[in-house]
Amino acid sequence: MYHIALKMLLGNRSKYIVLVSGITFSTLLMTQQCAIFCGLMLWTTGSIQNMRAKIWVTDPKVEQVNEVRQLRDTDVGRVRSVEGTAWAVPLFWGLQQAKLADGTFKQIQLVGLESATLVGRPYDVVAGRIEDVRLPNAVVIDELAIIRLSAGRAKPIGLGDTFEINDREARVVGICRTAKSFFGMPYIFTTYDQALQFAPKTRKMLSFILAEPAEGWTAEETARSIERATGLRAYTENDFFWATIRWYFRNTGIPMSFGITILLGFAVGVAVSGQTFYTFVLENLRHLGALKAMGASDGLLARMLILQALTVGFIGYGLGIGLTSLFGSLVLKKGEPPFMLPYQVPLGALAVVLFICIFAALLGIRQIRKLEPAIVFRG
Amino acid sequence: MAENKNNYAVHVRGVSKTFGAGTTAVTALKSVNFDAREGELLMIVGPSGCGKTTLLSTIAGTLQFDAGEIDVFGSALQKMSKSQTTAFRRQNIGFIFQEFHLIPTLSAVENVSVPMLINGASRAAAEKKAHALLAQVGLEGRGHELPTSLSGGQQQRVAIARALVHEPRLIICDEPTSALDKENGARTMELLRQVARAPGRCVVVVTHDNRIFKYADRMTEMEDGRIARVHEIKDGQSPEFIPN
Repeated sequence: MYHIALKMLLGNRSKYIVLVSGITFSTLLMTQQCAIFCGLMLWTTGSIQNMRAKIWVTDPKVEQVNEVRQLRDTDVGRVRSVEGTAWAVPLFWGLQQAKLADGTFKQIQLVGLESATLVGRPYDVVAGRIEDVRLPNAVVIDELAIIRLSAGRAKPIGLGDTFEINDREARVVGICRTAKSFFGMPYIFTTYDQALQFAPKTRKMLSFILAEPAEGWTAEETARSIERATGLRAYTENDFFWATIRWYFRNTGIPMSFGITILLGFAVGVAVSGQTFYTFVLENLRHLGALKAMGASDGLLARMLILQALTVGFIGYGLGIGLTSLFGSLVLKKGEPPFMLPYQVPLGALAVVLFICIFAALLGIRQIRKLEPAIVFRG
Repeated sequence: MAENKNNYAVHVRGVSKTFGAGTTAVTALKSVNFDAREGELLMIVGPSGCGKTTLLSTIAGTLQFDAGEIDVFGSALQKMSKSQTTAFRRQNIGFIFQEFHLIPTLSAVENVSVPMLINGASRAAAEKKAHALLAQVGLEGRGHELPTSLSGGQQQRVAIARALVHEPRLIICDEPTSALDKENGARTMELLRQVARAPGRCVVVVTHDNRIFKYADRMTEMEDGRIARVHEIKDGQSPEFIPN
């Protein structure tokens, strides 16, 4: 009887298209918005991804990576002396102004790496050498900087070109790829000492300390050891990542606004597909009554409806995920808007679509259970 | 199925059915007694609202009755649970409806195969049998067509094939010719009479159509929820005494 159920569904072309479209649109809306939200959240942790440090030591009040509260220079030494720490290096991290060739200004994210080890260096240098960043006034810029800092130039900024950071000349010695930052500012890498020269002087200049656990220590153990010994806050890379995500959840309206759109997708799915399927069942009620009169049990008819609902669900879901993936492949080439589709998103959407289908089928099953087979004898 | 000792296909005693309750209650069947025999085509006639369709629904097991007893080929419907009644209908009763109730998105052969599929037959076996039945009702080679591409008479023949495909003993027909012209109505009734003649079978027809009265073996006339008269019809007799 299941092929009969499918033919009853597929034969009613207009209803079938509306049903599949409803699920497709619902899936697209839910997964695409979730993917943009995940991508945006990933951008908030772009700095953590770029640095790839196992332990981040911060001021005790710092809650997330985009929040900088300077430490004392001597804190580096204190962290190095903690049991379980293999090494620790200072990191400068600050928003600065770059003056462009046409006289305008752009904000940049200046990153000062410890010059001996260059810990936190960009991992994908596409032009030049990262080691050259040790040269006087040398900087390595990311690909976004080429777009942002090229205003007023005959050709895009490249190796050997100069620009100003806080009235101090910076020379480009390398170009790299980085994970995008939440605020959309280009990364400019230099050494820690040179960063202190580029940045305006303040009483404390050290932003973070990056550390590595000693052999035989886990990052968690070393972080707790640093916290006990120094009173500073020590995050593992993973903890810092999630602390940052949680901070944005708590302190911004981003999850709420995306959540509303995702709920809207769910509502569209329930309303359009649920209602259309229910109408489809109502329209077929006399045929279903005839089947019931001929001896089809409520169970058989319920299974037929579930099969119809799931068929619509899986086809609509597949099309929706396909469209989301297409959208993703297009935007990832451009770099924005943010997009990340972790496997949990399609799985979650599948669960929601299944819920919508089962809900729609249950509405129909309720009608079938109430249906008197004698209906077929009434004119 | 229980043994049918008395040669009755359908044996109805004291069956009552009331719809609604209180001041809006309508009693459709008032202690109805009624029989249909094996090998006969029995017609139930009477004015609109007299309870014909309600009686048909109760003996078909599609409508529960309030009081009385109905035996169909020796099986007591009043003793069956809902699921047992459903299973009984599935195996023993074939239906021909006034509005055919063919599923419009299924081909003729698929429509005909439905009762066998409901009974658990394989798709191949059901469709093979359906093709054979369609040939018997004069629709050979039309099995792939959708109901909408068939005439009213052809659709009713598909419905007859559907009613017979699982070899039921009792065929229930509700106004089988009301949507057909004279010629197609006659063909349909010829077919049903042949079916009724098969051993161990019975065809019960509810109708208003006096053109087909001559095909009946007996006629049961209903009035106001009761059986008013039963007429034996001899071959060639034109029962003009029966009201429309």
